[in-house]
Amino acid sequence: MRRFRFAKVLVTFLIGVLLVQLLHACSADPQAAKKTRLTIATVNNGDMVVMQELSNRFTAENPDIELRWVVLEENILRQRTTTDIASEGGQFDVVTIGSYETPIWARRGWLKPLDSLPAEYDVDDLLDPIRTGLSNDGKLYALPFYGESSMLYYRSDLFEKAGITVPENPTYEQVGKWASQVHDPANGVYGICLRGKSGWGENMGFLSTLVNTYGGRWFDMDWQPTIDTPEWRKAISFYVDVMNDYGPPGASSNGFNENLALFSTGKCGMWIDATVAAGLLSNPDQSQVADRVAFARAPIETYPNGSNWLWSWALAIPETSQYPEAAQRFITWATSKEYVRLVAEKHGWIAAPPGTRTSTYTNPNYQQAAPFADIVLNSIKSADINHPASKPTPYKGVQYVDIPEFQAIGTQVGQRMAAALADRLSVEEAIERSQKVAQRFMRHTGYIE
Amino acid sequence: MTSSVATTQHSPPPSKKRSRKQIPTLALVAPSVIVLLLWMIVPLVMAIWFSLQRYNLLIPENREFVGLGNFVFILTDPALWTSIGITLILVASVLLITIGLGTLLAVLYNQDFFGRGIARVLAISPFFVMPTVSALIWKNMLMHPVNGLFAQITRGLGLGAIDWFADLPLLSIIIIVSWEWLPFALLILLTAIQSLDTDQLEAARMDGARPLALFRFVVLPHLSRAIAVVAMIETIFFLTIFAEIFVTTGGGPGLATTNLAYYIYLKALLEFDVGGASAGGLIAVVLANLVAIFLVRSVARNLDT
Repeated sequence: MRRFRFAKVLVTFLIGVLLVQLLHACSADPQAAKKTRLTIATVNNGDMVVMQELSNRFTAENPDIELRWVVLEENILRQRTTTDIASEGGQFDVVTIGSYETPIWARRGWLKPLDSLPAEYDVDDLLDPIRTGLSNDGKLYALPFYGESSMLYYRSDLFEKAGITVPENPTYEQVGKWASQVHDPANGVYGICLRGKSGWGENMGFLSTLVNTYGGRWFDMDWQPTIDTPEWRKAISFYVDVMNDYGPPGASSNGFNENLALFSTGKCGMWIDATVAAGLLSNPDQSQVADRVAFARAPIETYPNGSNWLWSWALAIPETSQYPEAAQRFITWATSKEYVRLVAEKHGWIAAPPGTRTSTYTNPNYQQAAPFADIVLNSIKSADINHPASKPTPYKGVQYVDIPEFQAIGTQVGQRMAAALADRLSVEEAIERSQKVAQRFMRHTGYIE
Repeated sequence: MTSSVATTQHSPPPSKKRSRKQIPTLALVAPSVIVLLLWMIVPLVMAIWFSLQRYNLLIPENREFVGLGNFVFILTDPALWTSIGITLILVASVLLITIGLGTLLAVLYNQDFFGRGIARVLAISPFFVMPTVSALIWKNMLMHPVNGLFAQITRGLGLGAIDWFADLPLLSIIIIVSWEWLPFALLILLTAIQSLDTDQLEAARMDGARPLALFRFVVLPHLSRAIAVVAMIETIFFLTIFAEIFVTTGGGPGLATTNLAYYIYLKALLEFDVGGASAGGLIAVVLANLVAIFLVRSVARNLDT
């Protein structure tokens, strides 16, 4: 009897499972067959969030495509996409990558080349330096969503009060002097905010440009690290001194976002960082100093080369994508002229994705809404990834070195620089240890003996 | 009717019983043993295999067998030794704080006072906050040098603010982890104290023992077992502290808060060095086992007496 009851329960259960399966198959199958589901990995920057919001326009125009978003913080995004692509996981159909990864991954054959773009996409409209940065052997491997260089932001009201006029091309010597003049911690204003958080894409992004313009470089032509040189010492000493004297407290944990928050709440007199912040700082919805922020080119010291960086966030299709055709339709839409216009329509021209298309910069509406447009355009145009330093380099890239090993070296050197900023190491110690770390790593990977 | 069926089932023929007994126990245990072994051994073997290769995810063409090359590379890295030192400091100091304060609080919370129930709940609640969340609370609401509560207070007193994560990074992590784990020690030690025979205390008091002596010679020996258990369990968790460091200092500034777990994370997910990270992982396994042997021995000695 008991056994019978047990058997009954079991049979009912199995029938139930079967029914659920059948129902699921009936309801889900036709839909799954009809719709292509694209999985898109992207970074949680403001412009990408706007893209996510506006993508319902794309799905309305392409009813056969469904979008699934994986939005992650920059470092986590890099980890997820790299491990997925390197192990051929095939999890993503579209990935958001930067101009550092694109050529490296293209050389590995991890990305689909984008050589069959529709004519109305107008590839020639893309800004030349950005386009070169996303190409390998003359072929485009990713489409730029926004591009950036670096520039100087300052508070016009404070500078006026101190009687300073900023030339179009300031120098770091001037920046150091101005920082002392506008520094007023009693009223919660610090002379200068700069990146301090360690990481090859955080503090080293800025510090590489500083070193470049002080005449230094990462490697000599034999791939020997050149960190323990007078140029690096001068640049890093300048950085540590000016930040200790006129920087905000806790600077060694400030990255781009932290500094953006500090500047937009009026706590910084000056800030040198990505041009993409210009739109955010001028937007009264997001910035308390929107009417008082002024712009200049990134400062230079002895050499003008490589004092402003070049970066773009771009959309690419991994070789493992299941729906490359649909993926290409999406990335051409998200980086097209129509998309730029769509953002302008919904959020105003100031929110339009900057730094990718000539047509954005020739548009009178954009020029009027964005007083910084010319500086951004000139900074991007003058950034030259082929000649980042005054001396010849075996690598390409202004604020990075285009070899896969650079992530490790940049991260480790970044840690030592953050330690120098936090006064846990002297500048000399930080430089020496960085040189050793870089040498060790280059030897381990077989670049040098 | 059911009862009759049940009775017939309850008395099977003796021969059947014997045959059932003859099934070797190993055959019955085997499936779970095999699953457990696979569960343990497969990842371990893979880690050993990867640790013998030069294998960076970003440089697949450079993959080759290098023998102990990764171990040599890792063991000659000064950062590894720094991180092992930091791991040990972290474990030892948090153990000291949680057990010391935990014993003190357990004695206090054992006294009768008004609102004891609420006070106990409040004291225990930090343990239920997720590590990442408590790290964020401490970072942004308490220790932030501009907006944090501590900075507001010290500034209000005219003392200026401490930049916790830049000036005292390791101490900050120790404070956060101790805050999270103090309730655990308190909880276990409190239950241990409650099992203390009040007659013993009474007798000791009659003999003229002062409170301090009572604590030293009656309460503390009674607690020693519980303390040993707390120390062992906490050590296992403290060797792998990660979330608090990841959220607050990111291992820095410099290497000031890079413990072994964070060091391996750096190797594996920021440098994509699978070989190096596996070698580091194996070193961590050895270290954990060394500490475990020590602890198990001392606990076992405690449990015998």
